[in-house]
Amino acid sequence: MSFLKISNLYKNYGQVEILKDINIEIDKGGFLVLVGPSGCGKSTLLNTIAGLEPITSGDIAINGNSVAGLHPSKRDIAMVFQSYALYPNMTVAGNIAFGMEIRGVPKDEREKAIKQVADILQIGHLLDRKPSQLSGGQRQRVAMGRALVRNPQVFLFDEPLSNLDAKLRVDMRTEIKRLHQRMKTTIVYVTHDQIEAMTLATKIAVLKDGLLQQFGTPAEIYNSPANMFVADFMGSPAMNLLSARLEGGEGGLNVVLDRPSDKPLALPIKMANGALGAYSGKEIIFGVRPEALTDPDGADRNAKSLAEGECLIEVVEPAGSDTFAVTKLGGKEVVARLRADAAIHAGQKTRLAFNLDKAVFFDPKSQLRIA
Amino acid sequence: MSAASQDVATRNGIFARALIYAVLILFAVYYLLPLYVMVVNSLKPLDEIRQGNMLALPQQWTIAPWLSAWSTAQIGVQPTGLKPYFLNSVMMVVPAVALSTILGALNGYVLTKWRFKGDNIVFGLMLLACFIPFQIVLIPSARILGMTGLAGTITGLVLIHAIYGLGFTTLFFRNYYEAFPTELVRAAQIDGASFFQIFRRILLPSSGPIIVVTVIWQFTNIWNDFLFGSSFSGFNSIPLTVALNNLVNSSTGVKEYNVHFAGAILAALPTLIVYIVSGRYFVRGLMAGAVKG
Ligand SMILES: Nc1ncnc2c1ncn2[C@@H]1O[C@H](COP(=O)(O)OP(=O)(O)O)[C@@H](O)[C@H]1O
Ligand SMILES: [Mg+2]
Repeated sequence: MSFLKISNLYKNYGQVEILKDINIEIDKGGFLVLVGPSGCGKSTLLNTIAGLEPITSGDIAINGNSVAGLHPSKRDIAMVFQSYALYPNMTVAGNIAFGMEIRGVPKDEREKAIKQVADILQIGHLLDRKPSQLSGGQRQRVAMGRALVRNPQVFLFDEPLSNLDAKLRVDMRTEIKRLHQRMKTTIVYVTHDQIEAMTLATKIAVLKDGLLQQFGTPAEIYNSPANMFVADFMGSPAMNLLSARLEGGEGGLNVVLDRPSDKPLALPIKMANGALGAYSGKEIIFGVRPEALTDPDGADRNAKSLAEGECLIEVVEPAGSDTFAVTKLGGKEVVARLRADAAIHAGQKTRLAFNLDKAVFFDPKSQLRIA
Repeated sequence: MSAASQDVATRNGIFARALIYAVLILFAVYYLLPLYVMVVNSLKPLDEIRQGNMLALPQQWTIAPWLSAWSTAQIGVQPTGLKPYFLNSVMMVVPAVALSTILGALNGYVLTKWRFKGDNIVFGLMLLACFIPFQIVLIPSARILGMTGLAGTITGLVLIHAIYGLGFTTLFFRNYYEAFPTELVRAAQIDGASFFQIFRRILLPSSGPIIVVTVIWQFTNIWNDFLFGSSFSGFNSIPLTVALNNLVNSSTGVKEYNVHFAGAILAALPTLIVYIVSGRYFVRGLMAGAVKG
């Protein structure tokens, strides 16, 4: 049975619909990431789970009990805010213990709990300091400590890493993952960073303009994006989304891509499924991730449907571990991911391998995935 | 060559600076002159003042006018000095300032962190209170004080001052709390803190600068008020400003200018002290809203 269940949730601010018919469920101990561009309603959704914002209609249930209408302190949740929201006039220890103090937990119990959390997060030496005397990373830890000490049913995180510098962000990301593996508490985590979403989540919900675009495991989201928005949003560098035509050829369908100053490139699909057949002779959007577009030597040997084509390389971007090459297909720039030591330079024509197992196809009108 | 021009520049700089100081000193003297006249003449016997030289230092120094102004001068018909009225003012100002500041802080808290439908209209109406000339409300206020049985009492004056200060105190606190991070309030809500707990434990400890501003503002206005004091006070609740007026206008006998000067300084002393002690915080508090930490 699902542990956190959001059903048919709507949220309006005045006349404006901010969240529209959201349905999400997650199992106990799961790590749900809400991801989407800025302003899509992630924080609003998290705040409705916390009870900080009332919902317009629908329901939210934790462990089988509806919490809609319950005060935030009665929902057995803990929240880490983007700005950390540490009480500036209290010490670190005071911040961590404030909730317990309000609930009338005796002093010696509070001390014990503070010490335990401080040990987990290694902030024991900071307990007597005020938040203004802490670095960004330390504040972040204290904010997590304040949540951990409650030992809630659900943790809510609102972009907890977005105020940290890049290096620290990666470290803290790993640490949050480790904490989750250790505590096994259900987490709902908001971010606009798709890499954070991919690395942390057991389930991802992609939002755009208050609509749930797709809900699934990171692999589902990455490999079978429901629409062009999800395909484009998740993954870095982003998926190549190219205008193409499907044409019948010998042995099945061909994806035909226009090329500048050359005849169109035709890629035969060996494993075409039925849905795609209906689009034979029509315009489609062909989606291929950079790592599925490689030099022939670096292509996935287990791929069932590989196609090769000669392409003119326009730009080469060595990135250390890989080399990215930019060519032009279907009227758009296309990024291919080659081996780091691929001998290639701009202006050169070279053969690229398309792993069509990993390719996805979209209807250009509805933008939904066909196959 | 360049050394010479630098020399000229330096000399010009010194000249400009001297000019600035001269002007500033002139203005300072201009502003301080009345105070000087008051202090000097309050320390002279009356004969010396009659000789006509207001600016001269006393030939014979005396604090008798001060003692007289404080405890024996004729105020209206009673030879009580200003002392009882000074106490009246204190008993009026302290609760009125406290009440209006606390209510203003609560209003600011609600208007920024517990927003409700129409909150901006409520705030607009409260702002209006800052612009209403007090003369307009004299008669309705008198009626209400009469109906509640508070006419002529210090409690009545406290009430009137607290209510008419509320517009300003609400404005001060609302603008200050507007910049206060709402996430802190939300964190405290999740921690289970109640409406008043959040106010007391989270907002108030960070409100030092704006409290200072509000207290100075309210203290000065209420202490210096004459209109409400003269309209609503009774025999036992006359505030200092009104008493000072009565002292100066007492028609019996000769005009004791030295006593009047001493009385005027006594009346102004508390506000002066408040400014000297906390003026720094006043400026800092006014700036605090503008520069977010
Ligand atoms: N209190 C509010 N009143 C009206 N609109 C709001 C309010 N809070 C947020 N919004 C709007 O709701 C949308 C979603 O906001 P939010 O959930 O904060 O987005 P994000 O995904 O960046 O966290 C935005 O368009 C924002 O302008
Ligand atoms: Mg947000």
